[in-house]
Amino acid sequence: MSQLHAALRAIVGPEACLTRAEELYVYEADGLTVHSARPSAVVLPADTDQVARVVRACRAHGVPFVPRGAGTGLSGGAVAADDGVIIECSRMDRVLQISGDDRLAVVQPGVVNADLSKAVAHTGLFYAPDPSSQLACTLGGNVAENSGGPHTLKYGTTTNHVLALEMVLPDGEVVRLGSRSGHAPGFDLVGAVVGGEGTLGIVTEITVRLVPVPESVETLLGIFPDVVSACRAVGAITKSGLVPAALEIVDRRTIEAVEASVYAAGLPTDAGAVLIVELDGPEAGVARQVERVREFALSHGARVEVARDEAERQRFWRARKGAFGAMGRLAPDLYVHDAVVPRAKLPEILERVCEIGDRYRLRLCNVFHAGDGNLHPNICFDRRDADELARVVAAGEEILRTCVEAGGVISGEHGIGTEKREYMPLLFGEADLDAMARLRESFDPERVCNPGKVFPSTRFCVESNPKARGYDRVPL
Amino acid sequence: MSETPAVTPELAALHPGTLDCVHCGMCLSSCPTYRETGRESSSPRGRIYLMRGVAEGAIPLGDVTAEELHLCLGCRACETACPSGVAYGELLERGRAAVADAGLRNGLVGRLERFALRHVVPHRGRLRALVDLTAIAQRLGLTRFIPPARLLPRVPARSTRARLPREFAAQGERRGRVALFEGCIMAELFADVNRATARVLARNGFAVVVPPAQGCCGALQAHAGDPKTAKRLEAHNAAVFEGGDFAAIVSNSAGCGAHQRPHDARVRDVCELLDEAGLRVPTGRLPLRVCYDDPCHLLHGQGVGDAPRRLLRAIDGVELVDHADPGSCCGAAGTYNVVQPEMSRAVLARKLDALAAADPDVIVTGNPGCLMQLRAGARERGLRAEVLHPVELLDRAYGA
Ligand SMILES: Cc1cc2nc3c(=O)[nH]c(=O)nc-3n(C[C@H](O)[C@H](O)[C@H](O)COP(=O)(O)OP(=O)(O)OC[C@H]3O[C@@H](n4cnc5c(N)ncnc54)[C@H](O)[C@@H]3O)c2cc1C
Ligand code: SF4
Ligand code: SF4
Repeated sequence: MSQLHAALRAIVGPEACLTRAEELYVYEADGLTVHSARPSAVVLPADTDQVARVVRACRAHGVPFVPRGAGTGLSGGAVAADDGVIIECSRMDRVLQISGDDRLAVVQPGVVNADLSKAVAHTGLFYAPDPSSQLACTLGGNVAENSGGPHTLKYGTTTNHVLALEMVLPDGEVVRLGSRSGHAPGFDLVGAVVGGEGTLGIVTEITVRLVPVPESVETLLGIFPDVVSACRAVGAITKSGLVPAALEIVDRRTIEAVEASVYAAGLPTDAGAVLIVELDGPEAGVARQVERVREFALSHGARVEVARDEAERQRFWRARKGAFGAMGRLAPDLYVHDAVVPRAKLPEILERVCEIGDRYRLRLCNVFHAGDGNLHPNICFDRRDADELARVVAAGEEILRTCVEAGGVISGEHGIGTEKREYMPLLFGEADLDAMARLRESFDPERVCNPGKVFPSTRFCVESNPKARGYDRVPL
Repeated sequence: MSETPAVTPELAALHPGTLDCVHCGMCLSSCPTYRETGRESSSPRGRIYLMRGVAEGAIPLGDVTAEELHLCLGCRACETACPSGVAYGELLERGRAAVADAGLRNGLVGRLERFALRHVVPHRGRLRALVDLTAIAQRLGLTRFIPPARLLPRVPARSTRARLPREFAAQGERRGRVALFEGCIMAELFADVNRATARVLARNGFAVVVPPAQGCCGALQAHAGDPKTAKRLEAHNAAVFEGGDFAAIVSNSAGCGAHQRPHDARVRDVCELLDEAGLRVPTGRLPLRVCYDDPCHLLHGQGVGDAPRRLLRAIDGVELVDHADPGSCCGAAGTYNVVQPEMSRAVLARKLDALAAADPDVIVTGNPGCLMQLRAGARERGLRAEVLHPVELLDRAYGA
């Protein structure tokens, strides 16, 4: 290992190669604190060339490597399988090019999502995918997780906004995929890498599409007596053909936590659930849509408030986006679950999710992308309490099974990582997993790039591939 | 790291505060030291994780934790960003005290800092003697050879450093009686700001008393991990201000105000007080392009950001312009620019880039450390802007 350390130091410089025990200790988890594993080194490369040389050095020493952005991921994706090297992209944080005419920007992977929209604001354009973690998460991480956000409903997820990529393949070769125009002949390799969870290579440059800032935006709150009637209103709104920019539901327990935090937005603490609806587009159309949404909400038993100005609108969104951290007030740890169900089944599934939480004696709150049927049951817990931790994991599994039985899937946007890899067979048969594995192997035949993620641990055992070190030893 | 490190009661006391952190990472991009190094261990989340690890005995209290806690600016931007309500400032003070107890801060810089904060700064006579020496050195041009001394503003003449009168009478309709907190460094190097503060308060109908026995508030000592000295100084001031006949203790130094607030509910920043009372709009006109830069301990430490801006906008002729990231640290951070010159300069450089792009006539900020840092920075960068405390601009507007 010390030989590898010396090689890494020579590539990135001593100050950008971390090997002291405590420096590595802080990299043992990402946003998910349930799984942890310590890397053998962390490097902070400055450019593509350094990334490529780091990858080659790791390979020469038979050590796996893991790309990492801001570590806000919620499925353990950026955690190194044992003895792996973390390639931390935080220093590759430059916006390389902004083209208003072509409506695109070229960025390094360490650029923070919200900083990109700030950097392009003068062009009247913005970068649409807005994960709730956008103030901190990086575009590299967004690409790897195909991240979505509240505005996914109208604008789509990351994959709809990435035009081209530069990446370092797991053998150290630098390649460019896609094209600035968005039209690339042949297979859609960009589409494969977006959502690849860092297992197909290290993304070193991203060309993203920018979209015009809408002429007018209105945000309204539907204040409902309970979460079920809020879900029914969502069903009615979407059935009517309206396409709001966002449809988000925050339940009572979440409201209480948010209102006690710095993100307090004046959400009514007596409500059973709050539905946040955002409408955007040309001014006249938006005004009409606001009226229609208001009627739907009223007829489902809600009281309606419209954000009076931009400041209030921002406050609503800060409350929504800070909800996860605000729930941290309730206990030392938080498990943010992520699953998708057909929208029509939302009310029924929510009731079952709450029942599961109660049965396992857990504090569970819900804040979710209702328009997409993307649930985020959040469970507050204390990881030092082994019994509670076990109940969290068991409840999580039961929630996933419930969603899959209802025709849903096991992740909407947080990825599989280490967290859900054992649940993949709930959704996919042998043949499906094989097909995915073959795709992965065509990028990374020796499985050295972010091993131990996505695929169930029973699939590639060490006998079939002795080089996949540590693949089967990630603590679960 | 094989054997479990010993956890003393002091280290264990760090633990409860760290549990509020859910490891979400929402604070990362607000942290100037993380933005500079990109290292998790120099981020708020990383520092908290280290403290928690130490308190739980998962890692020993060693060099990395000591270095990273001292590389922290203490700007508390992470507290504003944290949705989970982590009281980072308090954690940092405890963490640094643990580092000092463990003898991990006994290098030359650490010793000098401790000595100065314990034995010079809180003693008016000694501080004055040091400032006198600095004045001589400046006149002889010797400060060129002592890098940290280059940050210091030109020491004002001794006459303007004279003590403030004990009372200033209210002008116009009387709105109350307040005590002015003079500060240690403020009193020596920024006595003119103190005078301007008293004059502006008087103009606004406040009678101002300046209790002569008051001293250093202990903020710098607490930040540096010396809670014992800090407590001694706090106790002294508590006795001086106790039961006094005034409605508020007015501070014009954000760092002092943030430190005193939890101990005395009467503490108010001067801008906050004027804004709450309703500013008597100055009649003079100052046609100036102004950038307001938030002192961290006013914005993140006391939650005061709108009040100073409202006051400045009230001055006829002032055009308040935004620069990028006014709420991020300038790198002054108390004694930080002296003990961590490299990081301080890097953080300052970003700030100056933003200010240079906005090209104001005046940069306004309400804290002595920030005033010194931005003045030195503006001079080095060749910015044309003058750097002033908000009350100085108000004072001019009343006089104009
Ligand atoms: C409070 C909070 C709210 C959140 N809200 C949302 C939300 O609304 N929507 C959503 O989709 N997600 C959300 N997330 C999850 C998370 O923020 C996203 O998955 C985000 O994209 C991760 O970005 P990151 O920079 O933190 O990546 P990391 O966590 O560092 O890494 C995530 C994955 O990306 C890979 N990766 C990182 N950089 C690269 C690179 N350069 N090349 C290849 N692979 C790379 C890593 O290996 C890892 O597998 C939330 C998280 C938190 C804590
Ligand atoms: S934002 Fe708060 S809870 Fe989240 S990592 Fe930072 S300090 Fe911890
Ligand atoms: S106080 Fe400032 S420098 Fe220190 S961790 Fe918080 S944001 Fe970073």
